[in-house]
Amino acid sequence: MLYLLIVFAPLAGFIFAGLANKRMGDTPPMVVTTGLLFLSATLSWVALIKVGFGHEPSDLTLLRWMDVGGVQANWALKIDTLTAVMLVVINTVSALVHLYSWGYMDEDKSKPRFFAYLSLFTFAMLMLVTSDNFVQMFFGWEGVGLASYLLIGYYFKKPSANAAAIKAFVTNRVGDVGLALGVMTIFLIFGSVEFDTVFAAVEANQDKVVNFLGMQIGAIELIAFLLFIGAMGKSAQFVLHVWLPDAMEGPTPVSALIHAATMVTAGVFLVCRCYPIYEMAPVTSGFITAMGAFTAFFAATVGLVQNDIKRVIAYSTCSQLGYMFFAAGVGAYNAAMFHLFTHAFFKALLFLCAGSVIHALHHEQDMRKMGGIRKKVPFTYGAMILGTLAITGVGIPILGFGFAGFFSKDAIIEAAYAVGAAGDSSAAVFAFWMGIIAALFTSFYSWRLIFMTFHGNYRGDQHTFDHAHESPKNMLVPLGVLSFGAVFAGAFFYKHFMGDNAYGFWNYSLPVEDTHHAQVIPDNLYAAAETVASDAGHHGDDHAPSGLFGFLFAKFHGYPVWVLFAPLLVSAMGFVTAWVMYIRQGAEKHIAAVDESGGGVMYNFLLNKWYVDEIYDATIVRGARALGDVFWKVGDQKIIDGLGPNGFAAMAMGVSKRFSKLQSGKLFHYAFIMLTGIALILGFVFSKLGG
Amino acid sequence: MANVINFILPFLPELLLAFFASQLLVFGVVKKERTDLVRWIAIGLLVVFALAGLFVGVPGTTAFNGALINDDFSYIAKAIIGLAAAAALLFSESYLKSERLDQYEFSVLVLYAVLGMSIMVSSNSLLSLYIGIEMQSLALYVLAAFNRDSLRASEAGLKYFVLGALSSGLLLYGISMVYGFTGSLTFDTIGAVVSSGDVSPGVIAGMVFMLCGLGFKISAAPFHMWTPDVYEGSPTPVTGFFASAPKFAAMALIARVLMDPFMGIQDSWQQVIIVLSVASMIVGVFGALMQTNIKRLMAYSSIANMGYALVALSAGTVAGVNGMLIFMSIYLITSIGLFACILQMRIRDGMVEQISDVAGLSTTQPRLALMFTVLLFSLMGMPPLLGFFGKISAFYPAIDAGLTWLVVVALIASVVGAFYYLRIIKTIWFEEQDRQFVKPATALSVLSGVSTLILVAVLFLPFISAPVKTAFGAAAASLF
Repeated sequence: MLYLLIVFAPLAGFIFAGLANKRMGDTPPMVVTTGLLFLSATLSWVALIKVGFGHEPSDLTLLRWMDVGGVQANWALKIDTLTAVMLVVINTVSALVHLYSWGYMDEDKSKPRFFAYLSLFTFAMLMLVTSDNFVQMFFGWEGVGLASYLLIGYYFKKPSANAAAIKAFVTNRVGDVGLALGVMTIFLIFGSVEFDTVFAAVEANQDKVVNFLGMQIGAIELIAFLLFIGAMGKSAQFVLHVWLPDAMEGPTPVSALIHAATMVTAGVFLVCRCYPIYEMAPVTSGFITAMGAFTAFFAATVGLVQNDIKRVIAYSTCSQLGYMFFAAGVGAYNAAMFHLFTHAFFKALLFLCAGSVIHALHHEQDMRKMGGIRKKVPFTYGAMILGTLAITGVGIPILGFGFAGFFSKDAIIEAAYAVGAAGDSSAAVFAFWMGIIAALFTSFYSWRLIFMTFHGNYRGDQHTFDHAHESPKNMLVPLGVLSFGAVFAGAFFYKHFMGDNAYGFWNYSLPVEDTHHAQVIPDNLYAAAETVASDAGHHGDDHAPSGLFGFLFAKFHGYPVWVLFAPLLVSAMGFVTAWVMYIRQGAEKHIAAVDESGGGVMYNFLLNKWYVDEIYDATIVRGARALGDVFWKVGDQKIIDGLGPNGFAAMAMGVSKRFSKLQSGKLFHYAFIMLTGIALILGFVFSKLGG
Repeated sequence: MANVINFILPFLPELLLAFFASQLLVFGVVKKERTDLVRWIAIGLLVVFALAGLFVGVPGTTAFNGALINDDFSYIAKAIIGLAAAAALLFSESYLKSERLDQYEFSVLVLYAVLGMSIMVSSNSLLSLYIGIEMQSLALYVLAAFNRDSLRASEAGLKYFVLGALSSGLLLYGISMVYGFTGSLTFDTIGAVVSSGDVSPGVIAGMVFMLCGLGFKISAAPFHMWTPDVYEGSPTPVTGFFASAPKFAAMALIARVLMDPFMGIQDSWQQVIIVLSVASMIVGVFGALMQTNIKRLMAYSSIANMGYALVALSAGTVAGVNGMLIFMSIYLITSIGLFACILQMRIRDGMVEQISDVAGLSTTQPRLALMFTVLLFSLMGMPPLLGFFGKISAFYPAIDAGLTWLVVVALIASVVGAFYYLRIIKTIWFEEQDRQFVKPATALSVLSGVSTLILVAVLFLPFISAPVKTAFGAAAASLF
């Protein structure tokens, strides 16, 4: 009942708001959807406590969905810790975004539609994460895609919003084809689409080979790769990332909910959910690591020079998703989920803060026209500082104190280091360095955003500045709650997601071994620690090494000090650089410099996002259009229409005209035709008989 | 007394009609202004006639030395003909009144026509067959020219008469040949001779002539030429009557002639039926494409639909006859409903009958628009309306008999035919025109409404559709 309520409350809200009568006014749909979401969110925390701490996972089968030959799929709710974590993330952020939208969408004309879409999205996302089979997951996967499309194009009168919506939809289709093929391959190999059945059979099938596009490929690798294609589309990884920045055309609460906290993390969730497959697919895992690391780096570089406040955060999201993927790629699934969890809080916070700024400045999004508004929006400023501290990973490694992002990001970088140091994967080494560099960039662009927006002198229209005001309470409360999460979520949950309690917490929903950090400690380091421990003469009764090394090991998780401090160090460097450039030298100087010189090659390369969109436009879009043109004008209009419907219609008309001519109205014509007819019929019958 | 009853019972329905029609004729001469009374009596009489066979008939009996036969087939046919004619009388009233044509002869002529049809469907010899047809036709010729002040109506009546005479000539010629080569007029004897093998070509030639003469009555191509002109020229209720009861009677007669006397030469008549069927379907659908007059369109539509019914008959099986009966009944319901709708197309200056006149009907008269739409969709064969199932039951027997290609032709024809029905629907719903039709007579609204309801709902009422299906099955079986 608990889980049913969690999942179906948003659906009820969607149906109510979707069917709401205009005469009812805006308030009832808003109250109902928001109320139901808060109910759902509260219950989700209950569920997390029950499943994560009380170890009571459950499987609820609701209905048989399809039963066609071997394809059997249920509507089911599979609640384990992984799902429970997602439930908490989705419903908490969604509830807060619902509330926030009361203020942000205040002047909108069709609020029930907006709230209906939000609730629909939430429901689809819940279907995705609670599924116990690939088919229901695909349903949710497509459902969130649809809701995302609807919400990006929410301002459907804006051509750019429509274009962005279509772009998101089409790009996601590419990924979805991969996912669909993956699910089909799974069915081909395992004869089932149920998670439990498939995962149990992975090991037995690891040597199977399938023919794919004429190549002989290991089945498990192929499945892992195809599923990852789907994840790349949904989670905006490099190559398929182009839609995410454009998706910022949607209302800001949507960006916070869908394009930061929840939907874009579906790919990470998918990889974590399918970890039994990925553990058996080292090549693909390496690919994921490299892809994730490169995306983290690539998106961060682009984020450095963007001027639109939402685009900076969008690229930041893209980059952080890269972190999650390379964590999953190196096998640290719990680190990936941990970052997903904390990221949801601080990234939603950043977006909602940005929304608050935009709201205050009458929908101004260009940071070049902002500046010095911290006095006008003190609360937003404070919350955004907290969010930035969280995303830049500020914290003190040895004391175990810091903001949310500190714990999760460091865990990822350390995991990459550990796997890389063990010599298992060169991709992990690459990921480690990319992670460090991306952390530097992250820090720079995040602080640049703060300085350009809140510090210095105001550079926009004075009138707007005078009327700038702090947002209403219903927008500030979500900021407060998320700030709390951004500050404490890491510290509090570290020991459950990563630390001592991880084994019990995940309870087999992720591969966490029953030792402290064993999964991120390379064997050679572990062996060294053991040696040190035995040399010291202490034969510990548990696995934890002791002695001096043991102390360091326990304190520093067994990593060299420089690894532990590197992220913090680069983060500080980024802060200092940003401070020098935008506070000491002033934002005006840099803006003017760019205006004068045009910015130089490197600047433009980054500003234009490495020209990825242009390359796509020149190759795929134009190519597809040219091909479509040929199919349309020659294939469809000339051949199919010309010989098919149009040709047939023209012929029918011709025949019809001839019949009309026969119908002359003259009696003797009629009689003549009758007699001719009988003569022909007689001839026909007798020719048949005689023949 | 019992003897008298036993003597009368086999031809009681015909007797009823003949007696009361004559009485009404006399009554009309005396009381010229009581046309309403005459009409209502005639309607009541037709209903009684329709039900008489079903309730008091004794299947298997014959009358007049085997000239007329009573079986389930004739009862069902009479019931349908009687009800269709009653409906035609019902929807004629408002038109005749507004066109100042309201004379008692109309009702009497309809009664005589129905008497002819009644003899047709239960005829068991070539002579009664011919008498029935002529009786029916003579009444219909007059009805076609009933508006004798109208040039078009007179022309229609004359054309119908002349060509009808020609077709009667063909029919009579065929009958004489069959008689000459078999030596008998009764179907049973002819059937026995034909089935004995070694059939002379004379019988086959006679059969072809007879079928061509009968084909004229159902306006099968190439004997259809009169149809568009007569449909357009005749007063609309007469056209509506033409499209229903006489078509059914002639089709039933063809079924009986094929299945009873000529069953032994199925190979030969199958060719004729297929030729007529294909020609009718092609002429019907292609001829209709360019029409702008809705009555002319209905003429071509009926030609095509007769083609579909012949598809069912061409199978030459019980299922085929059954399919023909079901298809024709549904067609009758639809066409009565449609003509009731067409008769509602009246503006203040009089009747209109162009397709463009229904433009914008959806806004000015949504109810009429809806009925039109349902009826046309059904005629098109759109599920889940009854018309779809009519076509299914007409085409399936042909497939079972191995005539798949014929069914393919029929389906293509249906697709092409859908065009002109859809064009009317499009005109109704998507074109704009501010034309107010005057308020229709209650009888018309009721009739069109009832037939629409039948088409939509009967399928979902098994307690109605199941017994009707059983009755049709029995009727078809009784021919064999």
